[in-house]
Amino acid sequence: MSFQPVKFYQTGTFTVGNRLLPPEERSVQSQEKRYNSINSGHRACQGCGEALGARYAIDAAMEATNGRLICANATGCLEVFSTPYPETSWQLPWIHSLFGNTAAVATGIAAAIKVKKLKGERRNIRVVAQGGDGGTTDIGFGCLSGMFERNDDVLYICYDNGGYMNTGIQRSSATPPAARTATTMAVGPEPGNVFGQGKFVPAIAMAHEIPYVATATVADLRDLEAKVRRAMEFQGARYIHILVPCPLGWGTASNETIRIARLAKETGMFPVFEAEYGEVKSVVAIRHPLPVEEYLKPQKRYAHLFGKTPQVEVIAKLQALADRNIKKYGLLDGGAR
Amino acid sequence: MLKQMEGSRAVAEAIALCRPEVICAYPISPQTHIVEALGEFVKDGSLAPCEFINVESEFAAMSVAIGSSAAGARTYTATASQGLLFMAEAVYNASGLGLPIVMTVANRSIGAPINIWNDHSDALSQRDSGWLQIFAETNQEALDLHIQAFRLAEELSLPIMVCMDGFILTHAYERVDMPTQEQVDAYLPKYEPRQVLDPAEPVSIGAMVGPEAFMEVRYLAHAKQMDALRLIPEYAAEFKKVFGRDSGGLVHSYRTEEADTIVVAMGSVLGTIKDVVDEMREAGHRIGVLGITLFRPFPIVQVREALRRAKRVVVLEKSMAVGLGGILATNVGMALAAKPIDVYTVVAGLGGRPITMRSLHALFRRAEKNDLDPVTFLDLNHSLIAKQMERERAKRRSGPAAEAMLRDVGVVAAKLA
Ligand SMILES: Cc1ncc(C[n+]2csc(CCOP(=O)(O)OP(=O)(O)O)c2C)c(N)n1
Ligand code: SF4
Ligand SMILES: [Mg+2]
Repeated sequence: MSFQPVKFYQTGTFTVGNRLLPPEERSVQSQEKRYNSINSGHRACQGCGEALGARYAIDAAMEATNGRLICANATGCLEVFSTPYPETSWQLPWIHSLFGNTAAVATGIAAAIKVKKLKGERRNIRVVAQGGDGGTTDIGFGCLSGMFERNDDVLYICYDNGGYMNTGIQRSSATPPAARTATTMAVGPEPGNVFGQGKFVPAIAMAHEIPYVATATVADLRDLEAKVRRAMEFQGARYIHILVPCPLGWGTASNETIRIARLAKETGMFPVFEAEYGEVKSVVAIRHPLPVEEYLKPQKRYAHLFGKTPQVEVIAKLQALADRNIKKYGLLDGGAR
Repeated sequence: MLKQMEGSRAVAEAIALCRPEVICAYPISPQTHIVEALGEFVKDGSLAPCEFINVESEFAAMSVAIGSSAAGARTYTATASQGLLFMAEAVYNASGLGLPIVMTVANRSIGAPINIWNDHSDALSQRDSGWLQIFAETNQEALDLHIQAFRLAEELSLPIMVCMDGFILTHAYERVDMPTQEQVDAYLPKYEPRQVLDPAEPVSIGAMVGPEAFMEVRYLAHAKQMDALRLIPEYAAEFKKVFGRDSGGLVHSYRTEEADTIVVAMGSVLGTIKDVVDEMREAGHRIGVLGITLFRPFPIVQVREALRRAKRVVVLEKSMAVGLGGILATNVGMALAAKPIDVYTVVAGLGGRPITMRSLHALFRRAEKNDLDPVTFLDLNHSLIAKQMERERAKRRSGPAAEAMLRDVGVVAAKLA
C-alpha cells in the first residue's frame, strides 16, 4: 500500500499524526511493512502497556538491524503471555531461559555470534535482552550489572510496570512509594509501599558508564523508537527503561494506558531522558506541568490516598519526589542547566 | 605426546584441542587452574577464535553458556562445590533446553562448614538435573573423557559434567599422553546444533509448557539419557581406534573373577582400592573392584551383571545422603534389588579426609566377615562427636558446633583458602 500524500488537520499538540509527515519520517509502527515482531494473538490483558512497549521497542530494533536480531526474554508477563505452548507471538529468534539470568544469556548469544562471524559462518546479528522490572532491578540485577560492567554488546530493555505482575502484583524495588500491591497492602497506619526504599536502575546503569542509557514511556512512540534506533548505533552495553502501565496491577481502565503513561512523565513522576557514557545528553521536557494528583487519582493502587480524608501529607511527599526529579533532570526547561 | 603436567593443565589443553568457541567461568578452588590456563590460551591467541568471558557469578557462567550454546557455539565452563550450587537453577535449565554444554566439576565438598577439599557431594547434588555425569579415575582419563564428552553431548543434545577429584587429580602432576590436534579433529566432528537462534529461521526456545505435554518433554530427556548407555561404549571403542588407548565406558571390573566381595567406587580412590585389593588377593582373599565411570545415566544393567556373582558388595562413596546413608549405594542397591546380595554403604573421605590403605584393609576384612553396619562412616572420630553431643546435652546455648569441635581437635586440620 502506498501512503496517501493527503494532509489532515491536526487536533492537538500531542497528536503528531503520521499522516502529516513524509513517509520516510513516519514511525516504524505506522509502516505497513513493520516487522510485527510480537504478533497478534498473544494473551496479554487488554490495554497492557508491556505488550505495547515490547511491540514498539522490538519492531524498532528489528528495523534498525534489518531484521538481524536475536531476543532473550526473562520470565514474567511478557514471556508468559507471548508463548503459551505450542503457540508463539515472536517473529524473531527468541529464547526464554530463567527469571534472573537474561542479561547473561544475551551475553552468551553475543559471544557466540562474535566467534561465528570471525569464522565467517554467520553475518552480523545484534542481541536484545528484555524483562520486567522485577527480572531487571531485583533478581536479574547481578547478571545485568555484570553485562554492563563487561560492556557486552547487548541492548537490555526493562519494561517497568512497578511490580511483579505475573505472580499477582507484588512489590518490587521499582514499585513507587505509597502504591498498593499484594505485598504492600493498603492497610495499617502507613498503607501501600513504604517511602525511602527502592532504586532507579537507569541511574545505576549510568554509573557503569556504558555507552547508552535511556528512559521512555509508551506514551511517546516517536521518542521510544528514536531511542531504540540510537541505542543500536552503539556497540557495547546499552539500557532502555520503559515505563509501561499495567491496567490490572495499577487499577486503571484499559483504554487509559497511554494517558497514564503520559501523566507519569508530565507530572515529573517518571523522568524521560537519555545519557551517553554516564552523562545525561537530553531530556524530554514536561509540556504542561501538572500536580501529581492528576497521575495518582485514576489509579486504584493509590485509591487509599483519596478516601474520605485525602492523605494530603502522603500526596505532598510524592509531589516532593516529582519535584526532585524535575529539578535533578531539568524537566521543565528540557535539561538546560 | 607424553608430557609431565598438572591435571588441570592437561584438561585445559584437551579442551583447547576440542576447539571450543565460548568459554565462561567464575573462579573457585579447585577448578581455577583449568580456567586460568584456558584464559591464557585465548589471550595469547593460541586458542582462536574463541571468546573467554569472566563472569560475575557461577549463575551467570551457566547462563552465558546457555545463551552461547543456543546460538550454536561449542561451549565450555568449569566449576565446583558452592559454585555448582550457585548455578543450580541454570544447570537444570541447560539440560531442560537440551543444550550440549560441557562442564568440568573439580569435585569438592559443600559447606557449611566451608571446606575446599575433595569429595563428591557437589556433583551428586545435581544427579537428577538431567546432565550426564562421568567420573575420571586418573588425569589421563579426565583428559580423554573431556574429548569424548563433547562428542556425546553434541550427539545427544544434552549437557555433560566431567567430574574429577579436586586437588587429588586437578593439582597432581602426572604423566599424560596428550593427543594431537589431528587426532582430536578426526574424532570430534563439527558441532551441528539441533536448534539454533538464527534470524534466517526464527524459532522460540523455552516456551511455557503445561500439563498437556510437560510429562512427555521430561520423558524425552530421560529417554535421551538412556541412549547414552548405547553410545558411550561405541564412542569409547572409536576413541581407542583413534587414540590407541582404552578410556571411558560405563563400568570397569578389576579382579572380580571368583570374588565374594566386590568394592564399588567412583573417581581417583579406585587407585587406592585397587592397590589394597592386589595385596589382599595375594594373601588369598576373594575380593575385587567395580569402578563406575558413568553415574548418569546409571548403568544399572551393567552394574547388576558385574556384581551378579558376589556374595556381598561394599559401596565406598565420597558422598552422603543425610538421613539415609549413601547416594551411590542407593543407586547400586537398585541394580541389586531382588538379588540375595548384602550391600554395605561406606561413607568415606568427606571434605578431603584421607582414605588410607590401612583403613581399607581393615574395612574390607570386616566386610568379608559380614561384620559391618549397613552404613559405616570410615575413620570417624567418635570421641570428638561424643564430646560435642555431651556439650549440647549440657547447655542449651552450646554455640556453633563446628568451631567447638575444631577447638577440641586442637590443630587446624585444613587451611581455608
Ligand atoms: C527464581 C524465580 N523466582 C520467582 C519466580 C516467580 N516469578 C515469575 S514471573 C515473576 C514476576 C515477574 O515480574 P516482573 O519481572 O516485574 O515482570 P512482569 O510480570 O511484571 O512483567 C515472578 C516473581 C520465578 N519464575 N523464578
Ligand atoms: S498483568 Fe499487567 S503486565 Fe501482565 S499482561 Fe496484564 S496488563 Fe500486562
Ligand atoms: Mg513488573
